[in-house]
Amino acid sequence: MRSDAASQIFTAPRIRAAVAATLAAVAVATGFFNGSTPTANARKTFKFAYQGNLNSLDPYTLNESFTLGTLANVAEGLIKRDEKLNIIPGLAVRWEMPEPTRWRFHLRRGVKFHDGSPFTADDVMFSAERARSAGSQLKTRFPADAKVQKIDDYTVDFVLTSPNPILISEWETWFIVSKRWSEANGATHVQPATATALSPFALKINGTGPFMLASHEPGVRTVFRPNPNYWGSTNHNLSEVVFQSVHSDATRVAGLLSGELDLIDPVPVQDIARIKASAKATVFTAAELRTIFLNMDSMREELQHSSVKGRNPFKDVRVRRAFYQAIDIEAIKAKVMRGMASPTALMISPVLFPPGQALQRWPHDIPTAKRLMAEAGYGDGFQLVMDCPNDRYVNDEEICQAVSGMLARIGVQISLNVMPKAQYFEKAGPTRKYDSSFNLLGWTPGSLDSWTILANLVICRDAAGKGGTFNFGGYCNPRIDALARRILAENNETERDRMILEAFDLLHQDAGMIPLHQQMLAWGVAKGVHVVQRADGHIRFAWLRKE
Amino acid sequence: MLAFAIRRLLEALVVLLVVALIAFTLFRFVGDPVSQMVGQDASVEDRETIRRELGLNDPILVQFARFVGNAARFDFGISYQVKQPVVRLIAERLPATLELALAAALFAIALGIPMGVYTGIHRDSWLSKVFLTVSLVGISMPTFLIGILLIYVFSVWLNILPSFGRGEVVDLGFWRSGLLTASGLKALILPAITLGLFQTTLVTRLVRAEMLEVLRTDYIKFARARGLPERAINFGHALRNTLVPVVTVIGLQLGAIIAFAIITETVFQWPGMGLMFIQAVQSADIPVMAAYLLLVALFFIIINFIVDLIYVRIDPRIRVYRREA
Repeated sequence: MRSDAASQIFTAPRIRAAVAATLAAVAVATGFFNGSTPTANARKTFKFAYQGNLNSLDPYTLNESFTLGTLANVAEGLIKRDEKLNIIPGLAVRWEMPEPTRWRFHLRRGVKFHDGSPFTADDVMFSAERARSAGSQLKTRFPADAKVQKIDDYTVDFVLTSPNPILISEWETWFIVSKRWSEANGATHVQPATATALSPFALKINGTGPFMLASHEPGVRTVFRPNPNYWGSTNHNLSEVVFQSVHSDATRVAGLLSGELDLIDPVPVQDIARIKASAKATVFTAAELRTIFLNMDSMREELQHSSVKGRNPFKDVRVRRAFYQAIDIEAIKAKVMRGMASPTALMISPVLFPPGQALQRWPHDIPTAKRLMAEAGYGDGFQLVMDCPNDRYVNDEEICQAVSGMLARIGVQISLNVMPKAQYFEKAGPTRKYDSSFNLLGWTPGSLDSWTILANLVICRDAAGKGGTFNFGGYCNPRIDALARRILAENNETERDRMILEAFDLLHQDAGMIPLHQQMLAWGVAKGVHVVQRADGHIRFAWLRKE
Repeated sequence: MLAFAIRRLLEALVVLLVVALIAFTLFRFVGDPVSQMVGQDASVEDRETIRRELGLNDPILVQFARFVGNAARFDFGISYQVKQPVVRLIAERLPATLELALAAALFAIALGIPMGVYTGIHRDSWLSKVFLTVSLVGISMPTFLIGILLIYVFSVWLNILPSFGRGEVVDLGFWRSGLLTASGLKALILPAITLGLFQTTLVTRLVRAEMLEVLRTDYIKFARARGLPERAINFGHALRNTLVPVVTVIGLQLGAIIAFAIITETVFQWPGMGLMFIQAVQSADIPVMAAYLLLVALFFIIINFIVDLIYVRIDPRIRVYRREA
């Protein structure tokens, strides 16, 4: 049941006028509903809602896009990224590499944390130590053997054991926290999973960012106020930002249409047209960084959840190609995603790796797919179980249903095993030793760099998950592994891009995975609110204006 | 009376233990909490460490024994997701749920009993038929649909009531109440109606059926024959005698309202325990789920106990029976 059906019932203007008049009379008589429109335009309060929660405010306990993207308004890293995701100076004004394995950062002077304590090299040292301590989920922000050296109060060196051109790429969300404040509040350690006491960081945070935390009720409401002493310039005209979790899609849309909310994220794809048609709000869309793709178990000797015994058809590139070419990606885009997807041949968003646009999808071609299946000895097809999450990606379950229907045309009979994400990742991932033969996954590289994609999704892994942990199909190509190792240590950008393209091309020729599309961000935005929609979906308050 | 209370207490403990055991058996199927706690880049070793530290690799019975041992000391652990003690989370969320449940129950009683009495006395009037038809709608429409319809009418369309949330709350120290502010009361209206509609129908139909039954009995005929006024007969004699089953049902339904506020709370983003529970299920947050299920079981036990006590007040025959027993 969708909300748009509900709204259609109430569009008859005459009934609406009659009911409104009756209720208005009651309202005036009782004086109860006076001043109910809660937009508070005069004070420029910006209210936004997201489907999930903002839980602990410790910036090192959860490596998740929404949490860190929201906290990025309060706390800052040594680098920042601009509206186009380009790296710009943050708490470091500039940096250089005196040697290929040494990065030197010159820190910004005169910056104060929200509690008034000054920002110095000690805070960077402390934050580096804390981010690598037990319980931190940000350990991947640095190589494990990197050393941090304080040169003076405003200079810090990072010494690596091998060159790493993408060292700083994830540092926008490695927030520098105050050493003095953390020590005073007993927050020197990241709260471990097994803690029995409340971490001070669970409810408050002290950063250097353009906004400060005013109050925080996990799962309900979080309030931010502008930082009057912010070191940088901002473009907003807000006096307050209120974040609320609104879990139900229909309610979130209703909140936007009734004027209670200025921005909602995400808008369900089936409600986009309706919001655009309303007088109160519109929808901003942009290609997201996440790529949705299919994994085929090409690792096991015998394909587990299938009718094939004694061998594994996915070890044959012809079968993988046949699966790829059986999929009508334009139909998925038009029917399932309602246009809100950009089909791709690449495992990374082309925004992040423009040279990758050279790769073209294997075309949708049923006769070729059938021929490939027959050549591989599976002309009659086979039965196969597909695992699919139903609460993780935009219309994930519907995509899997569409894929099942398309594969039926080449004789592959899919039985779909749909489950919530908590169960899905347990079954298809390392916890249950990748107990899945065919599944759907989505991935955004945290570093915004192709190497992260290769290292997590594409390089070989063992049965327990060592290596490419999120290579759910266990695809393995030693040539790609060799390229990945060289890509990691290559400082020359041209040569690096060439190798990345070569690796993606090898994967493409091999049809090791089946990329489907990049889904789209969809924000519902009230009229009169100006937003900047960055491809990673972060909402930066400093870029918001409200009329 | 004391023996009665002690026996009830022992029964309660058994019920709680059984609920906890069933819950723990089911937790094996909710999925992997660790993959919901770590970022996508976390290594297999890190995941395994967390798993071990949380004791998730231990046999179910060991986990169960540890849980019972801690629960006996009122320690329900730390939420995997929110990173706060579960007891504190529940204490924060409980007032919202109880205020909503009580408002819904009052709505159901205030509307349901008069409608039931009316339709019982005036069986064939057109108004009775309207009441019964409307109540049929209330019982046959799913809660989330009613909620969304109300939101679209009163929030989006007429723009007079908020579509979600609890409005402003006043912190009384031990209780955060939304009943003391205008925005809090306004925010309560739609969720309370949504949650109470099913119970309203139930109460109406129950009271009506009981009234029809009682009005046929001899003592009512006798009262009529004595020439007592209609009002005294209907309310003093008939209604009072219908109340035993009605109180039972309302009492048990109050437990159901608290337990099944989940859907209403989700639709209206009402920051109560039900919403907390549904989010805990989605992220496999076992400490929150375990504590919630126990608490709901406890509510049912307490409500049952109170219902038993109220019986005795309403119907003296039960008291006599007890004494003889």
